[in-house]
Amino acid sequence: MVTDIKLKEVPKKQLAIQPKKFILWLFMVSIVMVFAALTSGFIVRQAEGNWLAYALPSQLWVSTCIILLSSGTAIWALKSSKSGNLTTTRTGLILTLLLGLAFLVTQFWVWSVLVDNKIYFVGNPAGSFLYVLMGVHAFHLLSGLLYLLIMLIRAYKVRSAEQIQFHLGLSTTYWHFLTGLWVYLYVFLIIYH
Amino acid sequence: MSTAHVDLTDEMGHEDHGHHEQGFVSKYIFSTDHKIIAKQFLISGIVWALIGGLLSVIFRLQLGFPDMDMSWLSPLLGKWINIDPGTGVGKLDTGFYLALVTMHGTIMVFFVLTAGLSGTFSNFLIPLQIGARDMASGFMNMLSYWFFFLSSVIMFISFFISTGPASGSWVIYPPLSALPQAMEGSGLGMTLWLVAMALFIVSTLLGGINYIATVINMRTEGMSFTKLPLTIWAFFLTAIIGLLSFPVLLSAALLLILDRSFGTSFYLSEIYIGGEALPNMGGSPILFQHLFWFLGHPEVYIVLLPSLGITSEIISTNSRKPIFGYKAMIGSMMGIAILSFVVWAHHMFVTGMNPFAGSIFMILTLIIAVPSAIKSFNYLTTLWKGNIIFTPAMLFSIGLVSFFISGGITGIFLGNAALDIQLHDTYFVVAHFHLVMGSAAFFGMLAGVYHWFPKMFGRMMDRKLGYVHFWLSFIGIYLIFFPMHYIGIAGYPRRYYSFTNFDTFSTFADLNSFISLAAIATFIAQLIFVFNFFYSIFRGKKATQNPWKSNTLEWTTPINPGHGNWPGAIPKVYRWPYDYSKPGAKDDFIPQTVPYAETPESNLPHEQELAGLESNNDNAIKVD
Ligand code: HEM
Ligand SMILES: [Cu+2]
Repeated sequence: MVTDIKLKEVPKKQLAIQPKKFILWLFMVSIVMVFAALTSGFIVRQAEGNWLAYALPSQLWVSTCIILLSSGTAIWALKSSKSGNLTTTRTGLILTLLLGLAFLVTQFWVWSVLVDNKIYFVGNPAGSFLYVLMGVHAFHLLSGLLYLLIMLIRAYKVRSAEQIQFHLGLSTTYWHFLTGLWVYLYVFLIIYH
Repeated sequence: MSTAHVDLTDEMGHEDHGHHEQGFVSKYIFSTDHKIIAKQFLISGIVWALIGGLLSVIFRLQLGFPDMDMSWLSPLLGKWINIDPGTGVGKLDTGFYLALVTMHGTIMVFFVLTAGLSGTFSNFLIPLQIGARDMASGFMNMLSYWFFFLSSVIMFISFFISTGPASGSWVIYPPLSALPQAMEGSGLGMTLWLVAMALFIVSTLLGGINYIATVINMRTEGMSFTKLPLTIWAFFLTAIIGLLSFPVLLSAALLLILDRSFGTSFYLSEIYIGGEALPNMGGSPILFQHLFWFLGHPEVYIVLLPSLGITSEIISTNSRKPIFGYKAMIGSMMGIAILSFVVWAHHMFVTGMNPFAGSIFMILTLIIAVPSAIKSFNYLTTLWKGNIIFTPAMLFSIGLVSFFISGGITGIFLGNAALDIQLHDTYFVVAHFHLVMGSAAFFGMLAGVYHWFPKMFGRMMDRKLGYVHFWLSFIGIYLIFFPMHYIGIAGYPRRYYSFTNFDTFSTFADLNSFISLAAIATFIAQLIFVFNFFYSIFRGKKATQNPWKSNTLEWTTPINPGHGNWPGAIPKVYRWPYDYSKPGAKDDFIPQTVPYAETPESNLPHEQELAGLESNNDNAIKVD
């Protein structure tokens, strides 16, 4: 007890987070800024008028549900690795990967719907912005998928699930971030499109 | 739990360093040691500074002596000198003039004063001054340098293509930059510019993320945030500003690339070229300016803050006095960091923005002068009645304070929207930012090199040459930029090839020639530094352990620190870094590693209490 109080006055161990984890968080901050720039550019440009009004394709609901589901399976994979169950970890990862791919497919589907509705990438910025927001998000999603794929390959190489737990934690954090980012974009589009 | 884990990796990393000899490539080229990476950034920065300076000499020749025959430059510039077949008189190509200005700005702002400055000193000093063995991720750090290198190579290549480098100025406003047919430099040159800058941004982010992670997570025992040297505070805040602003430039550049190459209309609308209407409709060039200056203004502080941090350290050490207002310094740097994000539109007063928005940005802009002024006062009060030792580093730091004040004052003029209508895009702006940003940051960088050279290379730079370099640069810079204020008030627009066609400006022709001569002389003076730098690396006087009698941790490492910085355990920190000339103390400096228990003669009452606890606790640990 006594030493506890004194500990305050000696050279203290400085508070520290696992540096890799911290780096991931900072990386996500920089992605947030990319989208902050794009979405505020969207608002600024919209305020200037000459803005094509169109309805958002309803298929975006589908992709939103899919990516939310994929976050669920990612949580399941991480939980399984913590309880040492390698098989369910693998299954969880595979499901997340598949759902991630399905999300990309639905995004692509949305683009074809947009083209059918004569909203093109080249044309009024109202349309171009939508493509860019979705495209840049999809690009980051690819990096998330790659990370998960690496984890899946590792999950088949290791003996026990604990060995990949740390990186699995990082990759699923990143994945949830991408899900959150999409939800933000979707809500943003619903409000401002 | 988590701390224990970190400690473990830390120690293991160290073992790793000690046990195998590294080959030349992994030691000096693809090195992950922060000290080597810092030197790589420094030397690249010096090379770029020479190139950037040379470009400015060329366009200053044109501005100062518009009638000069430049054919003697054609061996260097080739077809960019147009030789009149009849008279044989050579003239600088007008398009290339713009390219020179553009590349000068880009190189100086980004490659020299961002990468060269932060890259060198953040890398070098963060681990050494916080007591860490290396950066949080040495690998990312290495990547950061090599992305920068690749970016440099691409930017450099753009000088040698037939249409020449980008020429839409460093701010690359569309539509000039968005339409390849707008001018020669908007073609391939602009594409290379964008590619190079995208790589540059990646490099800055990799570096910045590392600096932040290192400062937050890897400080040695006792090194709380209130015991950090101001250098580290400055680098830390700089990295945060960069992390928040560079991604925005990346977004702006992405939209510009889409406009250029894929036909979108983010920035383009209703443009006629040669009577032909372009298909682009609905874009807004002002949008680009908003996005650009959202980075652009923080960027000027990214350039300046590291120099301010370096100066704080050097002025305090060489005045043999604690820095005046340590907490106020931190507070004002934080204030600057936050405010720098909300003043960007002061670069856009004349874009036809809503006057109400204009006055908001005007007020915010003027508020940022407050923390800047606090910093200046603190430098002056630190110097006041100090026991000043005029090392070259100290002179350059004092020079920085001078430039910061004289350039900052003109900022207040420009910050007034009404005055800015007259002054915008004139040489007044050029004078303003070359003093407050260009020269001040440059002096900070030079001060840093003179001060930490012994730690970098184990040798001293020549003092006398340092003095000559300082006085020539200091006087030269004022001779160059002070007259520009008058020229600017008279209405000289910036980025013009020549003014001979305007009668009103003929009275200033002599002044312009004078500026050019001063610029050439100042450039030549920099060669003294270059000589001194490279000569001293090999032949300089051997450095002593702590040549400036400084308090910070880097001087507790061996004279030539190896990989891992400290051969034994990392020192612990007991006090702040500015205990200079403490009343009662034996020496006029007490390093951060000296516990209060060892300095009863100089302790203040509350420190004496801490001293008691220190020793008690040591016992407690032994019992454990
Ligand atoms: C007292 C604080 C300051 C104020 C009120 C201020 C205000 C301004 C204003 C209003 C402009 C726009 C002028 C125009 O284009 O018409 C400007 C330009 C500029 N300022 Fe400052 N400034 C201040 C300090 C600084 C500092 C500390 C730096 C750099 C470290 C800096 C760097 C620049 C640069 C680079 C430009 C010109 C950018 C360009 O157009 O190429 N300023 N300043
Ligand atoms: Cu500004």
